[in-house]
Amino acid sequence: MEVLSPMETSALLLSLNASAWAVLWSLPLAVGFGWLLGTRRFPGHAALNALVHLPLVLPPVVLGYLLLVLLGRNGVIGRPLNDLFGIRIAFSGIAVVIACAVVGFPLMVRAIRQSAEAIDPRYARAARSLGASEPRIFCTVTLPLMAPGILTGTTLAFARAVGEFGATITLAGNIPGRTQTLPLALFTVTQTPGQEAEAMRLCLLSLVLAGAALLISEALSRRMGPQGVSA
Amino acid sequence: MIEIHLRHRQGAFVLDVDLALPARGITGLIGRSGSGKSTLFACLAGHLRPTRGCISLRGRALYHSEAKIDVPPARRGIGVVFQEGLLFPHMSVARNLAYGARNVGTEFWNEVIAALDIRHILDAKPARLSGGERQRAAIARALMAEPELLLLDEPVSALDPGLKARTLELIARVQARTRVPMIYISHAPEEVRRLCDQVVTMQDGRVVSVTSEGRVGAPYAAGTAAPELRCAR
Repeated sequence: MEVLSPMETSALLLSLNASAWAVLWSLPLAVGFGWLLGTRRFPGHAALNALVHLPLVLPPVVLGYLLLVLLGRNGVIGRPLNDLFGIRIAFSGIAVVIACAVVGFPLMVRAIRQSAEAIDPRYARAARSLGASEPRIFCTVTLPLMAPGILTGTTLAFARAVGEFGATITLAGNIPGRTQTLPLALFTVTQTPGQEAEAMRLCLLSLVLAGAALLISEALSRRMGPQGVSA
Repeated sequence: MIEIHLRHRQGAFVLDVDLALPARGITGLIGRSGSGKSTLFACLAGHLRPTRGCISLRGRALYHSEAKIDVPPARRGIGVVFQEGLLFPHMSVARNLAYGARNVGTEFWNEVIAALDIRHILDAKPARLSGGERQRAAIARALMAEPELLLLDEPVSALDPGLKARTLELIARVQARTRVPMIYISHAPEEVRRLCDQVVTMQDGRVVSVTSEGRVGAPYAAGTAAPELRCAR
């Protein structure tokens, strides 16, 4: 007897796949924003910080709707993409990745920003006095020292993306095998009488994934220490 | 020569320094907390832009407010050693040393390592080092870039007396062997008297005396007029 049905397996794989791509694509941007917000003060800093963190407090359905307005077939970005390149984002696998990336992004930036804030600015001064250029300092000193925050943020964003529901159903729909992720599959079976066992299985699966992500995040940050050093 | 003629205002505090020092040996810079030592350190290293004035090192202008010269820290040729050492924690001591080194494994490289007695810790990560070892490695890292001037900001203040004496001895030894001029900032006169060829005393943002051979002597004329005209450009 198989542990998971084909529908459950497909939902699980889609969730993991979309979350991994979402985290991978948004990571460079999150590192940039986290570093900028954590180490620089400039006019508009508070506004940029608020904008980056907005997805954290907005209802996911609102986010999904805004994304649909932007990326839908008649959206501001969606229409030219469709007309010029024939690319349709809404209700596709890419839409799932985008929804996952948007909801996980603030968690990633937040962890990276906190890590960047904790770096003593005199490390960069020491590196400068040794003749290092700014890009070299960023790559060889700042980035390694931000590593614990990057890892924690990535894991948390991944866990959040795996559990994403509202923005995904609004932007990508709930198409089995195509855009139906784990939470959407769970939602579907809870709407069907007599599928309590399936619902419980998917529920446990979600719990295991989220718990594992949190444990990994905790273990990594403990192993790396406050300054990215293995003890 | 190291020429420092500058004025810097930071709120109610005014740093007003008019100083010319020989670019050799170890110069001690002493003064109480708030006397302006750290502000002067930051101006020399390029971490802080003075309100006006000039700094030149061996005839090369590093900062000149009128001529709009402000050489970035990476190109000043001034090494810095902070109170806590601040070795890059994710790198071994050897990688820290190689970070700014002109050449790795040369005679100079070996000379510095031997003079500061750090060969046995080259493979260690900074977290594993004692306070004294960390400071010696930080001094070595700064020297490997072959700076024209090395600034040491209270490098032994956090060490216990035994380690302090040993570290001061090694600083004197490495200076004698490498001949890199050093400015040693401290609030402890006995440290400075023991180590330095001359002592600059600061008080309330001004230089109040300059001595040679570690003796407190006649007051130095702390000039205030048109300081920027004195520097080489």
